[in-house]
Formats: sequence, structure tokens, C-alpha cells
Amino acid sequence: MSDFRTGDPAKLIEAIPYCRHLGVTADLEDGALLLTMPFAQHLIGNPVLPALHGGVIGSLLETAAIAQVIYETRGERLPKPVDITVDYLRSGRAVTSFARARIARQGKRVVNVHAEMWQEDEAKPVANLRGHFLI
Amino acid sequence: MSEVPAWLLHAKSHMNLTPYLAGIGGEIVDIGTPARARLPYSEKLVGDPQTGVVHGGVITGLLDHTSGLAVMVKLREPMPIATLDLRIDYMRPAKPHQDIIAECECVRVTHEVAFVRGTAHQGDANDPIALCTGAFMLIRGGVHGIPVAPA
Repeated sequence: MSDFRTGDPAKLIEAIPYCRHLGVTADLEDGALLLTMPFAQHLIGNPVLPALHGGVIGSLLETAAIAQVIYETRGERLPKPVDITVDYLRSGRAVTSFARARIARQGKRVVNVHAEMWQEDEAKPVANLRGHFLI
Repeated sequence: MSEVPAWLLHAKSHMNLTPYLAGIGGEIVDIGTPARARLPYSEKLVGDPQTGVVHGGVITGLLDHTSGLAVMVKLREPMPIATLDLRIDYMRPAKPHQDIIAECECVRVTHEVAFVRGTAHQGDANDPIALCTGAFMLIRGGVHGIPVAPA
């Protein structure tokens, strides 16, 4: 696990079993991490539409927030979620999803993070998250 | 106790087969008040490889699913629902190698929106892992969503 916090975002995400289960990967793009989650059958919450499960969307957003905090703070430990609020704007379709996060405010012990998820069009977000994490 | 309507039993079995829930290994235990789901520990749920603690998103997913079920329990007729928002307060990390239980209750149904409160714990509801608050849109007369009659 030595590469877990060396600052390589792709390795950092790869090291998390639940992210591998969801198929989430990370790339660095202009100082912010871009998370990508290709569609897969086991991400479905509503087979009729079909639509991504709300929990999958929340998980992707929380992962984006955590990854961005680790990347920016180079913390010694994983940020610990205190609370998160996810707003669902439209249903997540059976296509690849993307997510990005930014730190709105960083204190000594707690950070406030905003994250957004979209699919084909970044101007049409599927969901967003606000959350506090202990660092 | 009034009889559980057939459509609700069907919705329960359908929500048990939801690919996401099946993928993480969860199951619906109860369609009452509260609605209850159980998630056994497994390695693929881990969010912190150094401690073995499950990812917060797992808790979010289980609470979201159980909240939706809690809304259905309170409805008089079947209809599709959609999560509007969900807030999770993480009280403490989940202990590795122990089941996670989600218990949710729909506290109010209006014409368009249902409001839910829920708890995730590991056997003792007084020692919660997380609390949740959610709002769900009711899509009355909607045709999409969880199928409400046997296929």
C-alpha cells in the first residue's frame, strides 16, 4: 500500500476495493482529478429505465471528493466523511459517468468539498454533492 | 397488522433483485415500519485498505435503497419514485467483518414528495454508524420506475 498516498491519483483510486467494484478510475487534468465510471450492469438501480442506482451516484461523488482532498492536502490519512448531501438532478443513464470535486474551504481539521457528476454533457449535471471531511 | 398488499410484496422482491444491491451483496429483510435491509461485510466494499473499513458510499447506497423501500411501504398504491436529495451524517466508521443494518422510516407523504429518516447500525440502533434524511419525488401515474406488476 506504499503507493496509496504518493500523489498518483490513478494508483490511489485503484487501491480502493470498492472503487474497483464500481469501476472508477482517476486522471489528473489541470490540477483537478477527473473520475470516470463506465456503465456496467451491476450499477443499475432501476432496470426499467435503465438508470444508475442513487447509491452508485453518491459513491462516485464521495470518491471524487475524497480523492481531491487527498490530492490537494497530501494528507497522512484518508479524509473521514462527517456529512454529505447529495442532490439528484436527473436520472443517471446507462452510459459513462464523470465526476470532479473542488475544495470550497480548507480549515486545519475539516474541509468543505463540492463535487459534481455528469454524463455526456458537463453542462447538464446528473447530481452534486456538498460534504465535510476531517483531514 | 394489516395484510401486506401484493404489489408491495412484488416491489420488495424486485428491489431485492436490483443489480446494485445484489452486486454489493445486500438483501431486504423487512417491509414494515421501519423498512430494513442487511449488508454482510465483504472485501470489495472496503474504502480504506489500511483499516478494512467500508467505503462511505456503501452506507449511502444501502440507506438510499432502504429509504426508497420505506416510501413504498407508506404508499397506498404503487408508483415510481425518484430520490430528490439524501443527507448522510457519518457517526462512526463501520466495524469491519460485521453486518450493516439499514432501518428507514417514511415520516410523511404529501401529494408529490415523501420524507424519510433512517439509521445504519451494526446490531445496536443506539450506536449508529450513520443517520440519513431523504426526500423522494412521487411520480403519480408514472409509467417508468420499478415495475409494479409481475412481468
